[in-house]
Amino acid sequence: MAQTSSGPAILVEGLTKSFGEVHALRGIDLAVPRGTVLGVLGPNGAGKTTAVRILTTLLLPDGGRAVVEGHDVVREAAAVRRSIGLSGQSAAIQEELTGRENLEIVGRLYHLSWTSARSRAAELLKQFDLLDAADRAAKNFSGGMQRRLDLAASLVGQPQVLFLDEPTTGLDPRSRLGMWDIIRSLVAGGTTILLTTQYLDEADELADEIVVIDHGLVIAAGTAEELKGRVGGDVVEFTVPDRRRISDAVAAIAQVGEGEPHFDAETGVVSVGVGGGGSEALIKAVRSLDSAGVETHGLALRRPSLDDVFLALTGHAAEEEEQPAGRRRGRRKAGKDTTKGAS
Amino acid sequence: MTAVAAQPGTPSLGTPGLLIRTRWAVIDTLTITRRNLLVWLRIPAYIVFTVIQPVIFVLMFRYVFGGAIKVAGGYVNFLMPGIIAQTAAFATFGTAIALAQELQKGVIDRLKSMPMARSAVLAGRLVADTARMAVTILIVIGVGYAVGFRFQNGIVPAIAMVVLSIVFGLAICCIAAFTGLAIGDEESVQAFGLIWLFPITFLSSAFVPIATMPGWLQAFANNQPVTYVIDTMRALALGHLPIEANLWKSIAWLAGIFIVFAPLAVRAYRRAD
Repeated sequence: MAQTSSGPAILVEGLTKSFGEVHALRGIDLAVPRGTVLGVLGPNGAGKTTAVRILTTLLLPDGGRAVVEGHDVVREAAAVRRSIGLSGQSAAIQEELTGRENLEIVGRLYHLSWTSARSRAAELLKQFDLLDAADRAAKNFSGGMQRRLDLAASLVGQPQVLFLDEPTTGLDPRSRLGMWDIIRSLVAGGTTILLTTQYLDEADELADEIVVIDHGLVIAAGTAEELKGRVGGDVVEFTVPDRRRISDAVAAIAQVGEGEPHFDAETGVVSVGVGGGGSEALIKAVRSLDSAGVETHGLALRRPSLDDVFLALTGHAAEEEEQPAGRRRGRRKAGKDTTKGAS
Repeated sequence: MTAVAAQPGTPSLGTPGLLIRTRWAVIDTLTITRRNLLVWLRIPAYIVFTVIQPVIFVLMFRYVFGGAIKVAGGYVNFLMPGIIAQTAAFATFGTAIALAQELQKGVIDRLKSMPMARSAVLAGRLVADTARMAVTILIVIGVGYAVGFRFQNGIVPAIAMVVLSIVFGLAICCIAAFTGLAIGDEESVQAFGLIWLFPITFLSSAFVPIATMPGWLQAFANNQPVTYVIDTMRALALGHLPIEANLWKSIAWLAGIFIVFAPLAVRAYRRAD
């Protein structure tokens, strides 16, 4: 495939899109260098899927500019489609057809000859460990196999840029790890990947660079390590079994932490960033909670996760109510998790 | 920017000529058609819906209701053009349901993100469904022959009748495609998307002479497109019936349906997200 333009594989400037009253994208900027993985992280309804739909020419933006492999997604949509692959949230395969038929038909639609379409299908079935099941109807595949087949279909045209919209949503942990391995091998082969996810560990695991999107805006960008730095170092976390004592616990721990503590009234989990305080901070926390007379479970010091980052950046946790992506009408449910003290 | 030699068959930059694009649009349409027909063959429920159900209708009307309905020339000859038109109309349920399903599952998104002719998804659907409809119509005619139906007017008018029924089905197919894409939810489409097909086919000359209906119903039944089409088909199949007026009215109605609903379906497909 011709690499005719220098610069990033994906470039997005000031992209906006509204659906009536709902402002799905309110001016986002992205740049994804060739051969790297950008993780786009955000809760449902944050605007991730809308961004992917614009970048894959499925939706026209209201404003701003997006360029994929040097081609403008609006003016040169056909050229963009020749260099991308898309694998969406639901497996877009035809369940009644066999795995092989699915891939062969996609090959034909990429204008391969029958012979090439057949050999490309066989190649992908092998690569994705689907050879044994190749001639069974895809509806008899497990969820993980269906997702692999869907991903294989998006690779038939040997795209330089691959868009993966929540590739592991709904998969069991083992299939999820398998999917991660596949994604890593694609990157090793030089493919540029834009991956949306609501799983923070997934972005941490796969992405070179992460952007956090919330309410249609990029609220943070950087490597996983940089983002974790935003939380303020290590985190002390514990559970308060007696939910009525949460406020006492928060008051006690606030003296120890560097930032303001977060808590979840439902689960009783309290956490606070303690900077570089380390085990000394842990000891202080124990003393402070003890003198306040609050009983706790599982008090521990840990490295910050991206969950903490999200909490620190937005004041709410990343998991949100399920909403149909891309065709949202209503308002998202705000502040489901009763956290307070957003920094 | 210096373009490296493109892969054969995949022009790397710019828009290929109209001729090449048209050629690919046809090939893509055939690929999608093939895919849709393969799917149809794999779903037993679709086969029941498109083959068994019309056959049951023929047998039921012929033997259960037929005895009570007296028509000159015999009821089975009166009935068959009506059943055929109804079969063509009902076959379009499959179109609406399949498109809604593909939209819901993301199949249409996937296809739209590929460098294929975008028109092929809709065109391939219509070609496949028309082929399926033609097969159903031929089966129904076969069953009709087994229970006493005969074309009375020679081979050419008989073929013309079959063609008219297919064109009629294709017109309804455009409405169904629009409905499926506009509603975009399989269950809703199944439940009420095409419910209007029942009154419009039953309140026509399909199964009983309109003269036997109450006056207020006659006013509707006599002046709606399904009746025009069926009366034309009947005249073609049986001869000895007036055809001219009904034929022109049928053509006008069908043209009108295509002119309104084909663009609506295309628009719904383009906007589908």
